[in-house]
Parts: sequence; structure tokens; C-alpha cells
Amino acid sequence: MKTRTSILAIAILSAAVSLTINPRTFAATPDDKSASEVAIKIDNFSFSPATITVPVGTTVRWTNRDDIPHTVVSDDNSIKSKPLDTDETFTYTFTKPGTYSYFCSIHPKMTAKVVVQ
Amino acid sequence: MHRDNGSTNFNLNDEISHDHNHDGIDRRGFLKCMAWAGTGAFCVIKGGVLNSYSLSGFPFGKHAPKGDLAFVQISDSHMGFDKAANPDVIGTFKAAIDKINALSVAPAFILHTGDISHLSKPGEFDTVDQLLKSASTKDVFLVPGEHDVLNDDGKSYLERYGKGTQGAGWYSFDKNGVHFIGLVNVMNLKAGGLGSLGGEQLEWLEKDVKHLSKSTPIVVFAHIPLWSVYPEWGWGTEDSAQALSYLKPFGSVTVLNGHIHQTMQKVEGNVTFHTAASTAFPQPKPGEAPSPGPMKVPADQLRTLLGITDVNYVRGQHALAVLDSSLT
Repeated sequence: MKTRTSILAIAILSAAVSLTINPRTFAATPDDKSASEVAIKIDNFSFSPATITVPVGTTVRWTNRDDIPHTVVSDDNSIKSKPLDTDETFTYTFTKPGTYSYFCSIHPKMTAKVVVQ
Repeated sequence: MHRDNGSTNFNLNDEISHDHNHDGIDRRGFLKCMAWAGTGAFCVIKGGVLNSYSLSGFPFGKHAPKGDLAFVQISDSHMGFDKAANPDVIGTFKAAIDKINALSVAPAFILHTGDISHLSKPGEFDTVDQLLKSASTKDVFLVPGEHDVLNDDGKSYLERYGKGTQGAGWYSFDKNGVHFIGLVNVMNLKAGGLGSLGGEQLEWLEKDVKHLSKSTPIVVFAHIPLWSVYPEWGWGTEDSAQALSYLKPFGSVTVLNGHIHQTMQKVEGNVTFHTAASTAFPQPKPGEAPSPGPMKVPADQLRTLLGITDVNYVRGQHALAVLDSSLT
């Protein structure tokens, strides 16, 4: 009985130690880039998700998975990617809150938006 | 009285059953014949009489009508495209030129209705220019597609092809009594919108045709269809109605477009609308796929869905004879 308890105690202790040694594995901090980057997929003439809501400071990465080029252009033209061929990406970091409606300037029926809070 | 209600897909029930032109052309027969054209029939209007021939077993062009003006429309070469739908757009473009060169009546010139390049890259335009040098006619008139004006608001397109044009590249010219108008409807596209001509171009167009005799045959060519083919996929032009209103008084108007990568035809009064196939890759029929992108087909079918358009004008006849033919 005592041995089993000791083993259990050691196990718990080890887990606690690894938690302190590797905080990254268990929690993302505000400085962690992978936590504040959001992915949007472009495929089949659409942006998905079509609407996302993110905190200020988020970087959004669009990746074109379609077999035709697309662009990411905000309605007011303030955000403008170059034409993205298949597998090319575009990133933008949203530093101000607001609703950013955007579309593909080559295929203007493709519309979506990013809500920044 | 039954009127063509603007159907987007050819539908025998929507044909015009009145002889609006009083030229003796049986429009029911004409439209029926044009529907067969995709399966290898050949319609010729000569002296007001409609003749149809089957293309099977004949070399293309053997029955090409001899008229006063013959020209060819090609479209959507997308030079630079290399995905599964067609890894060899150079090969299929060459096949299109071979087809042009095999016409028994050599065309006076070629109209290219845009998407010349795939990514507006100089090398892509260079390749098309180079390949066109082996065509039987060196006279080529172009208008841009949305793929041709990607990087710099169309500046590099204009540097290359803009001589003699205005604004974003619109212009007109006359050949053998026919008035040709090249329009640009791929600039300043708005979110959620369709193709767009814009106020400046519309004003120019109104002035351009104002003093022409109403019996002058008109041919308009532009990339995105000037009729509402399928708005859900952006296959239409927002302000084309205004453009067409300036052309309403004319006895014969032919509108040649591209963009949709398939042949389609609609007749509305004195106006014949026609879209050409691509020389690069086919696209699905309206609504028959989730999106209008490149359509993969078995390799042995690809060239049956790509093609050129041969157009013939016989002086005195209202309608131009428009014939599509595939690359095989």
C-alpha cells in the first residue's frame, strides 16, 4: 500500500514539475504567435469561415487552396493582397477594432468579413 | 405574342416566333440549328435562307460560307495556367491557331475577348503574342479579362495593347462596313458585384454610335457577358442595359463575349449574344457545380470542350453567321 501511494505521489509530482517546465504545452500566452494567428481558407470561390470575430492584435492568414487565383481586398481598399495563386498566403494584422468587409477583386461575388473587437 | 424572356440557358420554348427583321429568316429554325451547333451542325444564313450541314465526316471549313467579311473570335487563353484541368494551355492554344489556319476562308483578323494571361505576368502575354505570330492573320484585336489587369490597375495591359484605345482600353474600328466596338468591363469591380462598364465608357459609347447609319451592322466584344447569364457566379454586367440601349436602333447587333468558358447563345430582337469557349479549360454550366472554377474532364474529352468561333458577315443580311467549333 505504501509503495503504491509513493508511486502515485511521484507521478503527480512529475506532472507538476513538467507543467512548470513546459508552460507552452498547456497554455498560450499573449506573446505566443500561434495563438493570435487565425487561418482563413480560400477554396471553391469562397472564404471560410465567411465571418470571423477576433481580438485586436490578431494576425489573419489567408491561404488559397483553390485552383484559380484570388485576392483579399477590403471594401474600402485599405487592405489589399497581391493575386494569390494556389497555396500562396496573405497575412494582415488587425490593430484597430471594427468590421472589415472584404472580397476577391477578381471574383467580386466572393465576399466575407472580419470583425475585430 | 411570345417574346424571348431572357432565359440564360438556351431553351427552345423561349424562341422568338416573329420575324422582327422582316428578312425572311425563320428564327425558330435558326435557334434550333444553333442548338445543334454544339453537337456538330453548321448553320449558315445566306440570302435570308437558313441552311444546315452536318460537320461529321467533313474537314472543318469545307462548307464555310463565302461572305463579305470573315473573322475569328478566341477567348480565355489563360496563358500561365497549369493545374489539373489543363496542364498544357500552350498546346491547346496552338491547336486553336491550327484550327484558325485550317479555315477555308482565311479570317481577316482575330478578336480575343480577354483573359489572355492567367496572372497578368509579362512572360504570359509574351507567350501569347509569340504564338499568335503563326496565325494566318497577324491582325489581332483584344480586350482585357479580369486576369489581365491583376497587378497595376491594368497599366501593363495598356502598355502592351492600349495603343489607339481610351480609358481602360476601349475602342472601335470599321471593317468592310461593319462597326466593331471593344469594351472593357473588368475594371473597378465592386464587392458582391458583376462586370462593370462605368460612366466614362458609357458616355464614350453613346457618342461613338450616335451618328452611324442604323443599317450599319454592329459587333460588340467584351470579356464578361453583357447579358445576364448567371449572376450568382458573376456572369453578367451591371450596367450593360444602358450600353444596349444605345444599340437598340440598329438593325443588326452581335455581342461576342468570353469569361464563362463555354458556348452560349441568346437572341433578343435585333441583338445576338454569343459567348465563346476557352482555349485553356472548360467551366461548368450555370449552377451545375458548387463554383464556376476550372472543370476537370477526362483527358480525351478536354479538346472537345475548348474551341474557336468563326463569324461571317454577308452584306445585306442582318444576322452574322456565328459558328463554334471545338479543337477536336
